[in-house]
Amino acid sequence: METIKLTIDNRQVEVPKGTTILQAAHQAGINIPSLCYMNLPHLAQEHKPGSCRVCVVEIPGRKNLVPACATECADGMTVLSHSLRAINARRTVVELLLSDHPKDCLICPSSGNCELQKLSITMGIREINSVENAAMSTYRKDASPALNRNMDKCVMCRSCETVCNEIQTVGALSAVNRGFMSVVAPAFEQELTDSPCTFCGQCVAVCPTGALTAVDNTFHVIRALADPNKFVVVQTAPAVRAALGEEFGYPPGTSVTGKMTAALRSLGFDKVFDTDFAADLTIMEEGTELLDRITRYLDGDKSVRLPILTSCCPAWVNFFETNYPDMLDVPSTARSPQQMFGAIAKTYMAEKLGVKREDMVVVSVMPCLAKKYECQRDEFKVDGNPDVDYAITTRELAHLIKIGNIDFKTLKEEDFDRPMGESTGAGLIFGVTGGVIEAATRTAYELFTGKKLEKVDFHELRGMEGIRTASVNFDGTYIHIGIAHTLGNARKLLDGIRKGMYNFHAIEIMACPGGCIGGGGQPLHRGNSIVLKARMDSIYKEDFNKPIRKSHENPEIIKLYEDFLGKPLSEKSHKLLHTHYFSHPKK
Amino acid sequence: MTKFEINDCHKKTIKEICESFGNKRSELINILHRSQEHFGYLPEPVQLEIALNINMPLAKIYGVVSFYSFFTMTPKGKYPISICMGTACYVRGAEKIVEALEKELKIKVGEVTQDGKYSLDCLRCIGACGLAPVIMIGDEVHGRLEPAMIKDILKKYE
Amino acid sequence: MQLLVCGGTGCRASASATIVEKLNESLKAHQLTEEAQVVTTGCFGFCEKGPIVKVIPDNTFYTQVKPEDAEEIVAEHILKGRKVSRLLYENPENQEHIADSRHMGFYQKQMRIALRNCGVIDPENIDEYIGRDGYSALAQVVTDLTPEQAIAMVKQSGLRGRGGAGFPTGLKWEITSKFSSDQKYVVCNADEGDPGAFMDRSILEGDPNSIIEAMAICGYCIGATKGLVYIRAEYPLAIKRLEIAIAQAREYGLLGDNIFGSKFSFDMELRYGAGAFVCGEETALIASMEGKRGEPRVKPPFPAESGYMQKPTNVNNVETFANVPVIFLKGPEWYSSIGTEKSKGTKVFALAGKINNVGLIEVPMGITLREIIYEIGGGIKNGKKFKAVQTGGPSGGCLTEAHLDTPIDFDSLVAAGSMMGSGGMIVMDEDDCMVSIAKFYLEFIVEESCGKCTPCRIGNKRMLEILEKITQGKGNMEDLDHLRNLAYVIKDTSLCGLGQSSPNPVLSTLENFYDEYVAHVKDKRCFAKKCKALARYTIDPDVCTGCTICARNCPVEAITGEKREPHFIHQEICIHCGVCYQKCKFNAINVE
Repeated sequence: METIKLTIDNRQVEVPKGTTILQAAHQAGINIPSLCYMNLPHLAQEHKPGSCRVCVVEIPGRKNLVPACATECADGMTVLSHSLRAINARRTVVELLLSDHPKDCLICPSSGNCELQKLSITMGIREINSVENAAMSTYRKDASPALNRNMDKCVMCRSCETVCNEIQTVGALSAVNRGFMSVVAPAFEQELTDSPCTFCGQCVAVCPTGALTAVDNTFHVIRALADPNKFVVVQTAPAVRAALGEEFGYPPGTSVTGKMTAALRSLGFDKVFDTDFAADLTIMEEGTELLDRITRYLDGDKSVRLPILTSCCPAWVNFFETNYPDMLDVPSTARSPQQMFGAIAKTYMAEKLGVKREDMVVVSVMPCLAKKYECQRDEFKVDGNPDVDYAITTRELAHLIKIGNIDFKTLKEEDFDRPMGESTGAGLIFGVTGGVIEAATRTAYELFTGKKLEKVDFHELRGMEGIRTASVNFDGTYIHIGIAHTLGNARKLLDGIRKGMYNFHAIEIMACPGGCIGGGGQPLHRGNSIVLKARMDSIYKEDFNKPIRKSHENPEIIKLYEDFLGKPLSEKSHKLLHTHYFSHPKK
Repeated sequence: MTKFEINDCHKKTIKEICESFGNKRSELINILHRSQEHFGYLPEPVQLEIALNINMPLAKIYGVVSFYSFFTMTPKGKYPISICMGTACYVRGAEKIVEALEKELKIKVGEVTQDGKYSLDCLRCIGACGLAPVIMIGDEVHGRLEPAMIKDILKKYE
Repeated sequence: MQLLVCGGTGCRASASATIVEKLNESLKAHQLTEEAQVVTTGCFGFCEKGPIVKVIPDNTFYTQVKPEDAEEIVAEHILKGRKVSRLLYENPENQEHIADSRHMGFYQKQMRIALRNCGVIDPENIDEYIGRDGYSALAQVVTDLTPEQAIAMVKQSGLRGRGGAGFPTGLKWEITSKFSSDQKYVVCNADEGDPGAFMDRSILEGDPNSIIEAMAICGYCIGATKGLVYIRAEYPLAIKRLEIAIAQAREYGLLGDNIFGSKFSFDMELRYGAGAFVCGEETALIASMEGKRGEPRVKPPFPAESGYMQKPTNVNNVETFANVPVIFLKGPEWYSSIGTEKSKGTKVFALAGKINNVGLIEVPMGITLREIIYEIGGGIKNGKKFKAVQTGGPSGGCLTEAHLDTPIDFDSLVAAGSMMGSGGMIVMDEDDCMVSIAKFYLEFIVEESCGKCTPCRIGNKRMLEILEKITQGKGNMEDLDHLRNLAYVIKDTSLCGLGQSSPNPVLSTLENFYDEYVAHVKDKRCFAKKCKALARYTIDPDVCTGCTICARNCPVEAITGEKREPHFIHQEICIHCGVCYQKCKFNAINVE
């Protein structure tokens, strides 16, 4: 490979041709600050509008400063990242950003996690040289069930626009207006609820400031815990344990399952259960549905719609309801694990515990923002009482633990309560892309072939590639599987199916990069795919170490069917564990 | 202002406009020009219909509409008045003409009179610098203006 | 005989279309339709004296013609051969009538290359263009020259882009020609946006075929078969004439396949702008042509490598293209003999503001501002004192008395703190406040900034706020430092040419009229009396009759005085609204 030699701040650097100054400097240990630059190598998406001008550097002899993020290194180039000219310019640019930014850092939801705040600290800005009462660009605040928009805090990096349009192809957000009043917003600056937004929350995950933030339910949970008349049950999604530790200083990829359980118990939850249990239940229902459709199809029933699509991702559900209203009968009717958990908790479990439905509060800890919306959907309520009362994110749980004065690092590891805390490795891998379909395959294989599955790990279904395909040998019958993560890849797959390009039996779709581990409710990944990979590895490792790794072998699931549901796809199952979809044509 | 209600006839027109540009996203600006010519402005339902026809996110279409000053989402008056704000007109007193028009019509720049007869807008140079300051009422250019002349000029449109 | 009637936007606004009608009626009535034809042409340039009617072949130049004058022109001049002297141009120096335009001060120093056919031919008739050697340059290029040879000639001519920064045109073509691609594009930037510049419109209205011919030549040179004209939607007449010209050129086989029997094929389309100044920047223009928000992007890659639809694209502006055919007709040596060492040929300026002869002029590079303003422009209107001349529009700067003898070219204007820009030239007199002028341009920039990069989006807004503060008399000396720092940083860090040049009006006025800023800030005075908030109103006791009208109209009761006695304005209460000044019938109120 052709290499290039250049000097950055008196340091010799040698880099491959095509390297930007920003990357080259980073290699040399020179951290040129940036704001609008975002790189998602695993999603093949590099966002470098070169617009914030924070990363400007001086190249002696050039008329103007250049943005390090968007300028390629040239042989023999000299770069000054901290000349007086560069520092003054960078400082003035940050001052300008601050001059049009609310100064409520102390109470901002992104305080401590804000790139603009970090810049201000790094640059040591103590005053903003601008006229008194300088105009601010202000916009209507927007509160949706899942995320809040306060665009007064927008710095026009437009990462959210790129994520929403290029990666997710949702198209809810666009830069609108011009000049000082330009901002990223839905059409006509309407509310997100009136837009095609799926509440995937990826815009929140990449927003460098407090412009886009998650709805905060922390205090609803604290109140419920304090209410002596309420029996509060908590469930934690598989991806949460792989990322929660990051909020307490653990490196990405540290699994903190035991500490998390202990913390929840310490916070006062009456029962600490696991969404993984419901994931196993999902496999029983969805896997049976898959087998049923495949068997009928192989028997020549032409009315069967194949492929079957997974339906546990609520952002994905919102996406197909909006974009593919003609294909509503294709996805599995199985509810998501969160909702299956809620439905079972407030029936089977409540009965078992002798708690009345209205006295039980189900809290779910999710890596996801769309879950906040999902649990509010009318079809998941009984007489107005929701199956899941509050969905909080991984970040909110970390806050709760801090509010609860709990020293997370010194906690002794504890286990989940039974019965709804019992789970298998199959339920756990729901948290990563390809995991749901692998879990389904583990069960479906045994149900279909009647043979024991020797090799539980399906490496062909794993990875970070956006669209993956595999054919799994079910004892001579090949089952064709498609996997997509991010909604943009989902769209590609679905458009391909519409055109008859693919011949899949089953497809798994996750809205977020890497699956739930990269959800909008996780510690913000800010597009860093190394973090996502570490979380993924941690989940597979935990699965590998689980004593039971197939959902249908979960003893509590077996018991649930014996005692309560009968069998998968039974009448009771249909009532409690399945749903139907609505057409929300595109706006 | 009454809300724009879109009917099947409007939808047909928009469909034809979009088709005449091959339903291509890259032709969006031409489509918007043609639609504005037809409807006089670009209300929300028109933009939505365009979005459906060319399969483009509505937010992106609004992003384009709100970027260009030529596109408007509010109907203009029967006689739209544009005041040239080119430099030549500015140094020859365009601001005073603005004041006079605002006073006479009792509206601000960017507004429409109650009766919907006049609307007032500023515009970049129309290139009649020899006649500065100038205004355009509809397609008609009025030049070499003094504030005192405004009243008489408007009388012609009574 | 021919009666040429100016059909430019300015003259049409003064009813030149009706003049054409009336002339035709009169010719008919006098049965002269065989002897004389009425031709609507493009702009003559002398807009100050429009509408203009020129009689060919005796070159009689009638000014400020009204529809009712048509009959007299026909009856006297055409029928009897007597010139209508009351419609002739009057030499302001000796009040003598000048009939022949070539003898007028306005035209004497001009040299018309880009405007060679404007006001001479009927722009809606391709035969007239062909009759003046039109399309012979294209014929020569596609049949006799290789693209390399043709590019070499453009390079040799020294032609530089007339849209702003003055990049060498031949070099631009050469770079684009070197990128190979299945499709390349020639784009003509006709999104003229500088307030006070209208040369591109005049060329398109007066000589659209020259642009078509030049774009085809460019297409041959760079290997493009498709041309696109990005034109302002606010230019309906230019659009109409260009559409007619394209249709006629197609009919004649001058556009289409195998032009002049060669292997070269070329065709073109129009794309409409929608009111965004920033679209004059080439990457923003390309984004706009692709149906997107007209936001510029980081270069490289340059459009020569990846432009319209990611294909190699060459963008030149209208005036640049208008020069191209002449280079081939008269030879690059001839072309490069005109102008200065580094700026060859001529430049069209839109001369406007406080000047006697407002209009469109074309002068050789190297001419001085003094020649333009005093000889061509006829000096300052109403005998006022010259103060400044602004060139380059919102990207340019204000030059002073001290620059009047600088030979004008791309580099000397930049050295003087301004730039050529597209060629707006606005003259200002003693009544113009330079702080307000800087504010005017910043208002424009703030309005037109696309909002993509921080310095331009927020920085210009902050500069404008500081200028507002200063013109309201609330500024301090620190503000001037902030203003300067902001201006330098915006220049140094903005993403595109618009942002990088947006502080020029502020920087050049700070440089050349610093005293005026200081007067606003320290003494709270505006010499030009433009800043209302700084005006000081006093009553001349010798003139005041004590009629009380001022006191009764003062909204803050700042005026006191007995009836029939001189009144007095209390400065500490006065809000500088100027009502007393407007109401006083005896001119007793002084403004300082």
